[in-house]
Amino acid sequence: MSKFWRWFWGLVIGVPIAVFSVWALATNERLFLVTLLNGLTLASLYFIVAAGFTLVFGLMRNVNLAHGSLYLLGGYLGYVLAEHTGWYLAAVAIGFAGAALAGLAMQVSIFRFMPGEDLRQTMVTIGLSIVIADILLWIFGGQVHQLSPPDWLNGPWRGLPVINAYSKFRLALLPLGIAIGVLLWLFLNRTRVGMLIRAGVDDRGMLSASGVNVNLVFAITFAIGAGLAGLGGVIGAVELSMVPGEDVRMLLASLVVVIVGGMGSVVGAALGAIILGVAETFGLAYAPTYSVVFTFVILVLVLAFRPRGILGQPA
Amino acid sequence: MSAAQWRKAMNSGAQAQAWPRQRRIAPAAGAGSVPEAAGENAVAWPQWIGQRVSARHVIVMLAVLVYPWVATPFFTFQIGGQSLVLGLIALSLTFLAGYGGMVSLAQMTVAGIAGYAVAIFGTSSMAEISLGWPWWLVVGIAVAIATVCATFIGWLSVRTEGIYTIMITLAIGMAFYYLTVQNYSVLNGWQGFQRVLAPTVAGLDLRSPVPFYYLALFWALAGYFFVKYLVRTPFGIALQGIRDNARRMNALGFNVTAHRIAAYAVAGLIAAVGGVLMTWYNGLVTPGSVGVSGLINILIIAVLGGMRHPIGPFLGAIVFVLLQNFAIDVFDRERFNLVIGAMFLAIVLFSPDGLLGLWARLRARLEGADAQSRISTRGASRRHLAKGGS
Repeated sequence: MSKFWRWFWGLVIGVPIAVFSVWALATNERLFLVTLLNGLTLASLYFIVAAGFTLVFGLMRNVNLAHGSLYLLGGYLGYVLAEHTGWYLAAVAIGFAGAALAGLAMQVSIFRFMPGEDLRQTMVTIGLSIVIADILLWIFGGQVHQLSPPDWLNGPWRGLPVINAYSKFRLALLPLGIAIGVLLWLFLNRTRVGMLIRAGVDDRGMLSASGVNVNLVFAITFAIGAGLAGLGGVIGAVELSMVPGEDVRMLLASLVVVIVGGMGSVVGAALGAIILGVAETFGLAYAPTYSVVFTFVILVLVLAFRPRGILGQPA
Repeated sequence: MSAAQWRKAMNSGAQAQAWPRQRRIAPAAGAGSVPEAAGENAVAWPQWIGQRVSARHVIVMLAVLVYPWVATPFFTFQIGGQSLVLGLIALSLTFLAGYGGMVSLAQMTVAGIAGYAVAIFGTSSMAEISLGWPWWLVVGIAVAIATVCATFIGWLSVRTEGIYTIMITLAIGMAFYYLTVQNYSVLNGWQGFQRVLAPTVAGLDLRSPVPFYYLALFWALAGYFFVKYLVRTPFGIALQGIRDNARRMNALGFNVTAHRIAAYAVAGLIAAVGGVLMTWYNGLVTPGSVGVSGLINILIIAVLGGMRHPIGPFLGAIVFVLLQNFAIDVFDRERFNLVIGAMFLAIVLFSPDGLLGLWARLRARLEGADAQSRISTRGASRRHLAKGGS
């Protein structure tokens, strides 16, 4: 893209957003700032879930449509543990571990036997998502489960400028999302396994020919990707709530985030999550009946001008 | 093709010559099951019919025509009518996926758009929103709007290839679902539209089981023969070429994107007709009918039946509807999703060609080596589909 076009698109997108921001700040600055914070904290959750999705896709070309079910599974596991013991951090750990194990089982028992058959793998994940969702509905029923945050994060944080008070837990999501992003970046760029994963993303065949056990790398990646979904589930159990249907919502969010950000790119997932999270909350705050239209318009615009996503690489 | 013909083809442009050449090799590529005669125009009608119509075709045709006279109204309407309508919507997916290599999950969304258009322009219990126009005008508008939307969905999703298609169409479908839930001014939110009833045409009440069954049967047959015809036209053959190797077709001078979008438009037309019938069948249209389970049910039906032949979705729909109505008596009433999900999983894992694949395997067992070779050529085209058509 030439410098002119970069400026052109920067102005076309930037000026309306700037005008809207100035208008919203002038009319009701508290609403604007609270909405922005809500958007960023939601983006943090979206990023955690979608990073796992994009990691799995980037390496294995496996569109895991059961990702939302893994999110719900992690959330329910964390809920059960937190209800019995009251340890929130243990709930986070068990959510991660449980979903990771489920993902590992899926990779080892099914996907290993159909390498390269993208479409069939995707259909299998659709079947799995139906079955998992129904089993969870069977066990936990249709009512809403809400996990309460740990005491030290419970309640609002008072005395903030302009917005007065804001939920401590939601505010804590911001550093958590950043921390997970940094950890993931360090893992992918500074460790041996991360190096193998990146090599696999670039050229699976070559990695295998170099004597690396690709199936093991796949299994590790799938476990981490699924585990991130489970981790997101435990966080979502507090921030949103656990109810059948949340899996579909999270799947849609993950899909849009990775389509907008670019498949297989963790930085793209962060970018997509911020765009989607902020757009969704602003839509809900300022135009409630059409909020989903914003999501859709963003999707359409990105697909029309950058079909592989903002940071997507040619496959 | 001789060298002279080849030179002529190269000189006069690939597009003009490639079609007749490919039409002749079509049966070998798995498009039809009956070997085509050498001279296309020379074949007389009786012979043509004799070649194509076998005893089982006649039996199936008679069976579906006589069915409502032997079945109870429940079986005619709930089982027969619903299977035909769902089969028609799934047929549009079979056409897209089986012949175009594009698995779109948004076919139910297209059907739902047609249904919503019928409710908004026609009559429903929501008198403030519904415009109450005459039914023939409403149906025409609904089908047109849905087809345009399908073309737009196609325009969006063909920008990316293979596995991306399923994600983008799923995202579009879910976005429409959330729109129907959230929007009250036009789409009436969560309640949707009740009492969207089929009209009474020339004294014939299309709401009652037998007329509705024949209406659905007419459109199902029309869709079936339309697809059967279309996949043998130059357009259909080119589409199958694009499914198998898009780059090569592009190099041959075919506009790959235009063919794909046209396929979406055609599939959208079929799904739109199915959507109007579905809305009349249910008598209502709500967000639930375009929800994610609705989208996936269409995929389940198409995969269950098999995407290799346009009869597949109807077989799949019959099995699906029977399961929906009777499997829950055997298992727990609440656990239908578990049963259908497990069955879908089993089909995808063990028989990717669906029930048609099972049938073909069974026949191969019975007929021996002759059929065995036919299976293997079909298997080759299926593997292209499994790769996502790229």
